[in-house]
Amino acid sequence: MGETAAKLGLARRGGDFLRNVLGPFLALVVVVGIFWIADSMQADGGRFATLRNAQNILVQSATVGVAALGMTLIIISGGIDLSAGTAMALSATALAWFLREQYSPAVSVAAGIAVGCLCGCANGMLISLLRIVPFIVTLGTMTIYLGLAKIVGDNTMVRPLPAQVPLWMKQLLSPRVEYEWMVFAPGVWLLLVMALVTAAVLRYTVFGRHVFAVGSNEATARLCGINVPLVRITVYTISGFFIGVAGLYQFTRLTVGDPTSGTGKELPIIAAVVIGGGSLSGGRGSILGTLTGALIMQVISSGCTSLRLPNPIQEIIIGCIIIAAVTIDQFRQRRQAV
Amino acid sequence: MPTALLRMSQVSKSFGATRALADVSLEARGGEVLALIGENGAGKSTLMKILSGAVSPDRGEMVLAGGPFSPRGPHAARLAGVAMIYQELNLAPDLSVVENVMLGQESRRCGVVRRADERQRVREALKQLDRTDLPLDVPVGQLSVADQQVVEIARALVTDAKVIVFDEPTSSLTRHDVQNLFRAIVRLKQSGIAIIYISHFLEEIRQIADRFVVLRDGSVAGSGPLAGATEADIVSLMVGRKVDELFPSVPHARGEVLLSLEGLSGRRAPRGATLELHRGEILGLSGLVGAGRTELLRCLMALDPVRDGRVRIAGLEPRRTPHARIRAGLGLVSEDRKTEGLAQRESIVDNMTYSRLQPYSRLGWLNLGRRRAAVEDWMRKLNVKARSSEQLVEHLSGGNQQKVAIARVMHQDADVLLLDEPTRGIDVGTKAEIYRLMAELVAQGKAVIFVSSYFTELLAVCDRVGVMSRGELREIRPASEWTSESILSCALGVDGRT
Repeated sequence: MGETAAKLGLARRGGDFLRNVLGPFLALVVVVGIFWIADSMQADGGRFATLRNAQNILVQSATVGVAALGMTLIIISGGIDLSAGTAMALSATALAWFLREQYSPAVSVAAGIAVGCLCGCANGMLISLLRIVPFIVTLGTMTIYLGLAKIVGDNTMVRPLPAQVPLWMKQLLSPRVEYEWMVFAPGVWLLLVMALVTAAVLRYTVFGRHVFAVGSNEATARLCGINVPLVRITVYTISGFFIGVAGLYQFTRLTVGDPTSGTGKELPIIAAVVIGGGSLSGGRGSILGTLTGALIMQVISSGCTSLRLPNPIQEIIIGCIIIAAVTIDQFRQRRQAV
Repeated sequence: MPTALLRMSQVSKSFGATRALADVSLEARGGEVLALIGENGAGKSTLMKILSGAVSPDRGEMVLAGGPFSPRGPHAARLAGVAMIYQELNLAPDLSVVENVMLGQESRRCGVVRRADERQRVREALKQLDRTDLPLDVPVGQLSVADQQVVEIARALVTDAKVIVFDEPTSSLTRHDVQNLFRAIVRLKQSGIAIIYISHFLEEIRQIADRFVVLRDGSVAGSGPLAGATEADIVSLMVGRKVDELFPSVPHARGEVLLSLEGLSGRRAPRGATLELHRGEILGLSGLVGAGRTELLRCLMALDPVRDGRVRIAGLEPRRTPHARIRAGLGLVSEDRKTEGLAQRESIVDNMTYSRLQPYSRLGWLNLGRRRAAVEDWMRKLNVKARSSEQLVEHLSGGNQQKVAIARVMHQDADVLLLDEPTRGIDVGTKAEIYRLMAELVAQGKAVIFVSSYFTELLAVCDRVGVMSRGELREIRPASEWTSESILSCALGVDGRT
């Protein structure tokens, strides 16, 4: 009896792996497949399934992807961060300001990332110490960070001279790769490395397990002696780090620090996590899922462009995908519960 | 002679003016199961909270394994060696069995989890419980309640618990799972752990416990070895009064048929329920947890989807919406006061009048004064104790909340009152008031369906009792023709009709 149950456990585990990890991935394959076919059926098609297009898609989704790494942690821990977009713009603006003020690129980048960490840490502290729900706290800080960014930028864009922006920054997310052996832009590779590290932290460390526990059942986590406020603050600070990096990515693509460039960006970031299987009630989510979620959105918008579908249609399709992803997920949950 | 692992002496605790515990002394010995018995409100949960460190006693001292024990919180109590297994389990549903068992005490090296080591420790704990068949990597949310309970016990073992407190552990288990749990408890006992077992199922206590302590109104009403005590002894210690005072009798006569069901079937339960309910009648519904009694009431109210069958109320067949059913004269008091039965954060006035606002409204505007006066009238009739009619329901005691819930269906002038576990979680005095209320209602020509898991009250209060098992309404007989044993065997489906 024991053995069969153990086998059952193994089988269930395998099934879970298929559903949870490969599920979003399959969705990505299907979406790519659909656009590939649709594109090749066009008379002047053939632009979609090219290396050039793949390079573009990856570069375009990298900024959202980096920020979504942190958002994944936050959502697994049962939180949400509505300030992600404006905090990202604040980091980018700060980075641009430091460059314009003749600081070295290294200092500027460090400052930009530090600003991101501070934003995240502030969110975490407010949530834990004031015991206000994350939605409200970050709704507030969203506007605060926007205001701060405008102060830094003196109500306009911060535009460093082209000479002040180092070459590596320009190449970080350039769709045209400097060295052919790299195939994809360095920023894409950097994102991949950070994603691997984050996934490992979630899976193999005590901290990662506590993040899941807090999101899954906070009362139990407290009962088991987990320092819930500390876990929260750490999660938001780590997320702040990723938002700082996303600010760097944003800056390298725009080459200006635009205080308002982040407004509304929190939505695709959250959407990436949700499409990737994250649950807004906490306890579930994966890094691989999130990255796939970010890619799905970019593939759709790129695919629509190559099919010459207008922007509004793209937006409607992405909206439908979000709702569909969550519906499928709920259905799956209900079936597992039986 | 087993040694006392945990000793509480003269422990007292008051909340404001309410004395929850007064000079309670007890000792739990290693290798023994101590049953803690008492009605709701007798002080069991306060005692639990003190043991778990959630509240600290005003007076008295506690000694655990020879040293003073005054935990500053649940986690501290756990570390000191006192583990609680609550009715509502404390698990993270998305984490696996191993992760839940090791939560907060992970084997680690430099912050990285040592998975192999953890698995080994969890396996050992499960072996001690003879449950090596439990899969280690499945999220516990997918396990049955019984298996989830095993996970919690394993967690207690991994922390080296000296004392394990079980709070009504069988309330959501099947018969079979109860026996498995008892086997696990026996093994714990054999390894020298002291068990405190809280329950009011006397049959269970007799099966598993060695000694008992009865709490009543916050003090120890009696204690001793179970071997020498009869059930009647224990009940009279619990209740502290004679049974006929508890069940007031109001004469009532049976009238014409008011409600009839023909083959009512829901999604999973009920399955083909057929019954007739007369004016002036209290019909009891018994059965194990999950037998489908709640579902039957919910299908009647059209709260759950109905697959098949007819419902007739006073000859008419109302549409399948809760609104139509209320207008036809049905009124449901939900078993779950907290989340469904009452809007906890609204006032008594609001809660009592939600289902019938017409008398106070004109063109959609409410006459608040008139409504308030009417509600206060009901509060007086039902003896609801509250600061004012505007007090929020969440600040009332369980018994008073229940009265508000019942007052709502009386206020909506329901002819058929469907009461789902109306006496659960309320004190003995209020129970007696509710029994009287039910009898008075049927004496006025109304009818009541009374769902309860407590055989004694069903047999004392009802005119007829129906027993459900696995979704089927198996048998309805006059209450005088049932005994606790025959109800139980019918509920278990062992009376040859399976």
